[in-house]
Amino acid sequence: MKKLCSKVALSVAVVALTSGMAGAAAKGVSDNVVKIGVLTDMSGVYSTLGGKGTQVGVEMAVKDFGGKVLGKPIQVIGADHQNKADIASAKAREWFDNEKVDMITGLLNSGCALAVQKLGGEKKKITMNTGAASTALTNDACTPYGIHYVYDTYALGKVTAEAVVPAGGKSWYFLTADYAFGHSLEANTAKFVTKLGGKILGSVRHPLSTADFSSYLLQAQASGAQIIGLANAGGDTTNAIKQAREFGIDKKGQKLVGLLIFDTDIKSLGLNVAQGMQFTSGFYWDRDKGTRDFAKRFYAIHKAMPTMDQAGAYSATMNYLKAIKAAGTDDPDAVMAKLKSMDISDFFAVNGKIRADGRMVHDMYLMEVKKPSESKGEWDLLKIVKTVPAADAFMPLSESTCSLVKK
Amino acid sequence: MELSFQMVMSQVMLGLNNGVFYAILSLGLAVIFGLLNIVNFAHGALYMLGAYVALLGFTSLGPLIGMPDFHLNYWAALIVAPLVVGAVGIVIEKTMLSRLYKFDHLYGLLLTFGLALIIQGVFTNFFNVSGDPYDAKPEILGGAVNLGFMMFPKYRLWVIVISLLVCFGTWFVIERTKLGSYLRAGTENPELVKAFGVNVPLMITLTYGYGVALAAFAGVLAAPIYSVSPVMGSEMIITVFAVVVIGGMGSIMGSIVTGLLLGMVEGFTKVVYAPASSTVIFLIMVLVLLVKPAGLFGRES
Repeated sequence: MKKLCSKVALSVAVVALTSGMAGAAAKGVSDNVVKIGVLTDMSGVYSTLGGKGTQVGVEMAVKDFGGKVLGKPIQVIGADHQNKADIASAKAREWFDNEKVDMITGLLNSGCALAVQKLGGEKKKITMNTGAASTALTNDACTPYGIHYVYDTYALGKVTAEAVVPAGGKSWYFLTADYAFGHSLEANTAKFVTKLGGKILGSVRHPLSTADFSSYLLQAQASGAQIIGLANAGGDTTNAIKQAREFGIDKKGQKLVGLLIFDTDIKSLGLNVAQGMQFTSGFYWDRDKGTRDFAKRFYAIHKAMPTMDQAGAYSATMNYLKAIKAAGTDDPDAVMAKLKSMDISDFFAVNGKIRADGRMVHDMYLMEVKKPSESKGEWDLLKIVKTVPAADAFMPLSESTCSLVKK
Repeated sequence: MELSFQMVMSQVMLGLNNGVFYAILSLGLAVIFGLLNIVNFAHGALYMLGAYVALLGFTSLGPLIGMPDFHLNYWAALIVAPLVVGAVGIVIEKTMLSRLYKFDHLYGLLLTFGLALIIQGVFTNFFNVSGDPYDAKPEILGGAVNLGFMMFPKYRLWVIVISLLVCFGTWFVIERTKLGSYLRAGTENPELVKAFGVNVPLMITLTYGYGVALAAFAGVLAAPIYSVSPVMGSEMIITVFAVVVIGGMGSIMGSIVTGLLLGMVEGFTKVVYAPASSTVIFLIMVLVLLVKPAGLFGRES
C-alpha cells in the first residue's frame, strides 16, 4: 500500500513537472497566428453604436500595430450575435474550438457579454468587453480572463447622480428597461441618489423596444418627481425623450436624465430636442488632438464618428497586442498578467489601469448636449462639462465581490 | 397605484392613439387578405418605407435634384409617400405575388416575409438603427390642447381624427359601394366576375397597392412621433398580426374595431402592470383563438 502511494505521488510529481515545463515552453505565438474575434450586434438596435464600426476600430488597431506581432500575422474576424445570448455563446464556442480565436471583443448587450465571458473563463480565452454595461462582469461573474474595458452601470449612475442631485434634482422617478441591464443601471443610480440625500419616488419597468412611452411618462409626471431617470438605452431612450418633449413634461419643471446615451442617440434626437441634457460617457471624439486624429481616420472608413464602444475596441485591441509583444507569447495567462500590470494610456484611456477584477478604470466624462447655435458641424454634438478621475468614477476594488480580489 | 378618473381617461386617450395605428395597419392587412388571400408580412417594412419616403423627401430630395432649398413638406408627404409605396406594392404584386395565388397561403407568407427582411436589411445598412428625427411637423399641429383631464399634443389628436376618417372611409367603399361589391365578388368567384367584363387581375393589383399605401400613410403619420428607424416596422408588425387574428382574418370592420380596442387595453395595462403590456395582446389572442377560432368578427367557413 505504501509502495502504491509513493508511486502515485511520484507520477503526480512527474506530471506536474512536465506540465510545468510545457507551460514554460509556451513561448511565441500559438497556431502561428493571433486571431481576434469581434462578436457584437451587427444588425439590431445597437448596431449603429457598435456593429461594423467596432470591427473597423479593431482592424485599424491591427493595421496601426503593423499587422504582425512577434513575427506572426494578426487576423480579425467578425460575427453578429443578434442580441441573443445563445447565439453569442455558440459562436464564441465555435471560434475558440475550431477557429483558433485568441481574444473576443465587442460584446454589446449584457446578456451576451456574460455568456461569452463565462465561456472564455472555462476555455482560458481572453474576452475584452467594450460594449456591455452590467457590473456583474467584474463582480460575481468575473473570470481571470475577462476584461471590462469602457464603462459600466456603476460609473454611469455615480457620475450622473453626482452631477444632478447637488444641482437640485432631489426626487427621482425611473423609467427602466425590464432586463438585466436596466435593473442594474436603476439600482446603481438609485444607490447614489439616496446617498447624496435624494429620494426615489418610484419606478416603472417597460419592455425592451417600446415604441410609445406616453403612458409611462404620464405616470412619471403624476409622481411629481423633479427628475425622470431613464435607465434604458438606444431607441428606448430616444423615444422617451422625444415624447416627453411632445407632452411638454420638461416645461412643467420636470427634467429628463438619460443614464446611458451614445453620440448616435443624440444624432437621432437632433440637437433641438436633446440640447442641455447631461450624461456620462467614457469617450468623446472631439476631446483633444489625439481623439480628433483618430476620429478623422475612423470617419474616412466608417462615415460616422466613433462611439465609446468603437473607440474602446481600438484601444483594447492595441493594448492586447502590446501585451503579447511585451510578454513574448500569446499565452492567455502571460498576456493577462502583462495587461494587468501595464499602464493603459492612449487617446482613448486617460490614467487607465486594469484591476484584479478585470475592470479597466480610466477617466470618465460628464457630457452636455450643445445648443443648435453652438454646433459647428454635423457631428459637433457635445461638450465635456467635467472630467471625473478614474478613482472617483468606478466601483472601488474593495467593494467588488469578484473572487479574484484579495481581501 | 390608485386609478383616478383622470389617470384612466388619459390612458384611454393614449391607448386610442396607439390603437389607430394598429387599426390602420391591420385594416390594410385585412383588405389584402380578404381580397387576395395573401398574408402580407411585408406590411411592416412598407410602413417603414412610407416613413422614410417622408424623411428623405424632407431632407435629401432637394439636394438630389439640384434644388437644395426644396423640402417635401408634411402635407405633401402624406400624399406622395402612399403613392410611391403603393407603386412599389404594385410592382411587387405584378412581378411576384401574382404568381403565387394558385398555391397555398404559406408561399405568399414566405415571400412577403423574405421581402420584409431584405428591405429592412438594406435600410439598416444605410441608416441609423436608433432612428433619425423627422422635423417636418407643421407649426399648426405643434403644442398641446387641454382636454380637461390632460394636456394632449395636438399632433396626436390630428393622427386620431385623420386615421379614423381613413379607416371608416375604406370600410364604406368596400362594404357599401358598387366598386366594393365588385371587389368582394371578384374574390368570391373571379371567373364569373370576369364574364361580366370586369378586369379582375387589375382590380387585385390595385387593391394590393391600396393596402400597402395605407401602411405608408400610417408610416408618415408615425414619423413625427417616433424616430424614423429601419426596425420601426418589424416592432409593430407582430402586434398588428395579433390584432388581425383577434379581429378575424379578412374582416374589415373587425380589424378597425379590434385595433382601437386593443390599443386601449394595452394602454390600460401600462398603468396597472407595465411589464405585461407587451404580452397582453397575445394573451387575448390565445383566449380568443380558444373560444372563437375564426376571431371576434370572423365568419366560420
